[in-house]
Amino acid sequence: MEEREVEERVVEIEHPLPCLSESDTQGIIKGRDLFGYVGIEAVLDQMRRKTMKAGFEFNIMVVGQSGLGKSTLVNTLFKSKVSRKSCTPNYEEKISKTVHLQSVSHVIEEKGVKMKLTVIDTPGFGDQINNENCWEPIVKYVNEQYEKYLKEELNVNRKRRIPDTRVHCCVYFLPATGHWLRPIDVEFMRRLGKIVSIVPVIAKADTLTLEERLEFKQRIRQDLQANGIRVYPQKEYDEDAEDRILNDKIRENIPFAVVGTDKEHQVNGNKVLGRKTKWGIIEVENVAHCEFAHLRDLLIRSHLQDLKDVTHNIHYEAYRVKRLNESNANGLALSPLILENGTLEKSDRKPILTDVCRTVTGQAYGCM
Amino acid sequence: MCSILRRAQQTPLRSPRCSPSTDDDLWRDRSSNARPLALSGHVGFDSLPDQLVNKSTSQGFCFNILCIGETGIGKSTLMDTLFNTNFENFESSHFEPKVKLRAQTYDLQESNVRLKLTVVNTVGFGDQMNKQQSYQHIVDYIDTQFESYLQEELKIKRSLHNYHDSRIHACLYFIAPSGHSLKSLDLVTMKKLDSKVNIIPVIAKADTISKSELHKFKIKIMSELVSNGVQIYQFPIDDETVAKINTAMNGHLPFAVVGSTEEVSIGNKMVKARQYPWGVVQVENENHCDFVKLREMLICVNMEDLREQTHTRHYELYRRCKLEEMGFRDTDPDCKPVSLQQTYEEKRQEFVGELQRREEEMRQTFVQRVKEKEAELKDAERELQGKFEQLKRMHAEEKSKLEEKRRSLEEDMSVFSKRRAASELLQAQAFNTSSNNKKDKDRKK
Repeated sequence: MEEREVEERVVEIEHPLPCLSESDTQGIIKGRDLFGYVGIEAVLDQMRRKTMKAGFEFNIMVVGQSGLGKSTLVNTLFKSKVSRKSCTPNYEEKISKTVHLQSVSHVIEEKGVKMKLTVIDTPGFGDQINNENCWEPIVKYVNEQYEKYLKEELNVNRKRRIPDTRVHCCVYFLPATGHWLRPIDVEFMRRLGKIVSIVPVIAKADTLTLEERLEFKQRIRQDLQANGIRVYPQKEYDEDAEDRILNDKIRENIPFAVVGTDKEHQVNGNKVLGRKTKWGIIEVENVAHCEFAHLRDLLIRSHLQDLKDVTHNIHYEAYRVKRLNESNANGLALSPLILENGTLEKSDRKPILTDVCRTVTGQAYGCM
Repeated sequence: MCSILRRAQQTPLRSPRCSPSTDDDLWRDRSSNARPLALSGHVGFDSLPDQLVNKSTSQGFCFNILCIGETGIGKSTLMDTLFNTNFENFESSHFEPKVKLRAQTYDLQESNVRLKLTVVNTVGFGDQMNKQQSYQHIVDYIDTQFESYLQEELKIKRSLHNYHDSRIHACLYFIAPSGHSLKSLDLVTMKKLDSKVNIIPVIAKADTISKSELHKFKIKIMSELVSNGVQIYQFPIDDETVAKINTAMNGHLPFAVVGSTEEVSIGNKMVKARQYPWGVVQVENENHCDFVKLREMLICVNMEDLREQTHTRHYELYRRCKLEEMGFRDTDPDCKPVSLQQTYEEKRQEFVGELQRREEEMRQTFVQRVKEKEAELKDAERELQGKFEQLKRMHAEEKSKLEEKRRSLEEDMSVFSKRRAASELLQAQAFNTSSNNKKDKDRKK
C-alpha cells in the first residue's frame, strides 16, 4: 500500500491498488464477485429519466446555393415545417446581395422526448458573381457561438445549464453535376471542416442515374481526400473498434445522395413521401431510390448525440485552447491560469489556486 | 458584410438566486424563444436518451462515497453489505493521533454497467481527547477534490470527459446508537459539511435499539438537525416517477442500518444476518432495519441525482467562492457586466502600479541608506583627520624640543671645544716654556 502525504498538516490519503485474486485486470470486481443484487444498473434509468426531463438541444446549419432544396430537405428530415421559408409568411425568393444567416427555433416532441431544434439557414451563399470569402460570415457565426458559450462558462456565477447555441452539424449541399468538387466547395469545406462537423450531401439526386451517382461519389471522396478535408465522421475520433466498423461503413457512403419532398403520394396502396414525375414516383424513404433514409438515420437516429459530443469535446475545446492562448499572448487573460500548454503531470499541479495568482502576477511582470 | 438575424430575443442573464432549480423550469427557460411544432410522422429522435445512455455506459460511471463515523461503528461492514462484496479493509486502532482519511477505488461491474466506486473512510474520527480539529481534515479533503476539478476545468488544454471525478457525491454520517440525541461532535461536523457535500445521516448498529426507542431517537435527531440549521440531503421530489417513493423515504430519515457480510440460513435460504443467542437480525428484512431503504435510495433511485447535486450545487458554490476570493467577479461596482478579461486587466494594472510603488520605495530606502553611510564615513574621515593633525602637532613639538636640546648641546659642545682648545693652547704654551727653560738650562751649563 503506498502512502502519500498530500499536505504536511494532517490529511493522509492512501491509494492502494486493489489487488483481488480472481480478476482479469487488476482491480475490477466483476459481476460474479458481487455476491448478490446491488442495483447499480438502475443508474441507467435514472439518467434516462433526467435527460428526458431536461430536454435536448440541436442546432443544424444548412449551407448551399439557393435552389438546391435545403429547406425542403430539412422539412423532410424533421417531418414538419421547421425551415425558415415555411415560417415566414409572404416569403419572396430574392437573391440577397450578401450572405445572411438566419436561425429559426422550434420545439418538437416525440414519445416524451423534447427537443429544441434550431435550423440555421444561409441564404446568399454562393449566389453572387464574386463569391470570394463568402464563407467568412459563416465562420464568424460559428466562432461567435463558441465565444458565447466560452464566456458563459468562464462566468463566476454560472447558469445551471449553459444554453447551447453552437452549431452541432453543418449540412453542405453539393449540386448534382456529376463531375468534381467545385472550387467554392473545396474552399468552404476545407475551412469549415476544422471548426464544425460537416456532412456533405448531393442535392436533387434524382437527376443522376445509379452509375453516375456512384462515380460522382467516388470522385468526391477522392477530391476530399486529396484536399485534406475531414468530414463527419472523422476517422481520428473513432473511440473503439465497434465505432470504427460502423463509421467505416458510413464513410464509404458519403456524400449521401438525397431527394427531399413534403408531398405524399399513393404507391401500391401505401402513402409515401415522394416526388411525382411523368416517368415515375421517386420515393424518398426507399433506399433503392435515394439515400435519404441513411442520412436521416445518421443524423438523428444513431449519431445525433455523437455529433453533439464531437462538437463539445473536440471543436469547442480546440476553439477554447486557441482563444485562451491568444488572449494570454496579448497579456489579457480570460483564464486565471496562464499555462501555455496545460499538460502538467498530476504531481506538478499546484493544489491551491492562490499559488497560481503568484504565477499570474509573475507572468504579468514578465510582460511589462 | 454579415448580419445575424434572430427571430426571438436572447434570454437575459439572470442572477443565480432566481435561476431555475428544477428541470422543468430549465426547459421552459431554454425554449422560451421557440415555437412548439407538431410532427407529421415518426422522425426517430426518441432514441436520443438511448444514445446518451449508451455513450455513458461505454464510458462508465463514477461514484464517490465518504463515510464519517467513529472507529468501530461499522462503516466498512456497511459498505461491504451495500455493494455485496468484500472490499479490502482492516481494523483500525483507537489510538490515532489525528483524523486521517483512507480512500480506496474499486471497479465494479453489474451486467453491462461499469462503476468506478471510491470509498473514503475516516480513520480515528472521535478518538482523540481534543476533538476540536476533527472536522477540519474532512473539510480539507473535500475541498481538495473540488480544487483539483476546478484546476482541470480552468486548464487551457483540458480533457474533462476523461477526467476521473474524485469529488465526493454522498456522505454517510454514522450516528452512534445511544438512543438519546446527537453528540456535539456530530452536530459541529455536519454543520460544517452541509454546504459542501450531500449528507445522509444513518444510525449505525441499529440492532441495539428497540423499535419504540428508535422512533423517538429518529424524531429527536431530526428536530436537532432542523433547530441547528443543518441541511441534510433531501431526496428529490420534483420528478413524478420517483416523487412518491422519495417523499415516503424522506420521512424515514435517518435510516437505521445494520451491516453484515455473514450469512445465516433462515428457512431454506441463506440471508445476510447477524446471529444472536436470542434471535437473528436479518439485514434485508424491512421490519428489522432500514438497510434496504438505504440501498434503494442511495443506489437504485438517486445516484444520478446525488452526482448532479454535487456538480451543480456544491461544486458551483465552491467555484464561485474561490473565484471571488481571487478577485474575479461578473459585474463591476456600477453593476455593468464585466468579463473576466476586464477584471484581469484591472488586476494587472493594479499589480503593475503596486510593483512601481514598491520599486520607488526600495529606491528611496536605498538612497537613504547611501546617505547614511556617506555621513558615517565622513564622520570617520573627520575623526581620522583630527587624529592625524594631533599627531602631527605632537610630532612637531617633539621635534622643536629636540632641536632646542640639540642646539643647547651644540652650544655646550662648542663651549667645551673652545675650552678644550684654550686649555690645549695653555698646555702647549706651558710645555713650550718648560722646554725653553730646559734648553736654556742646558745652554747655560
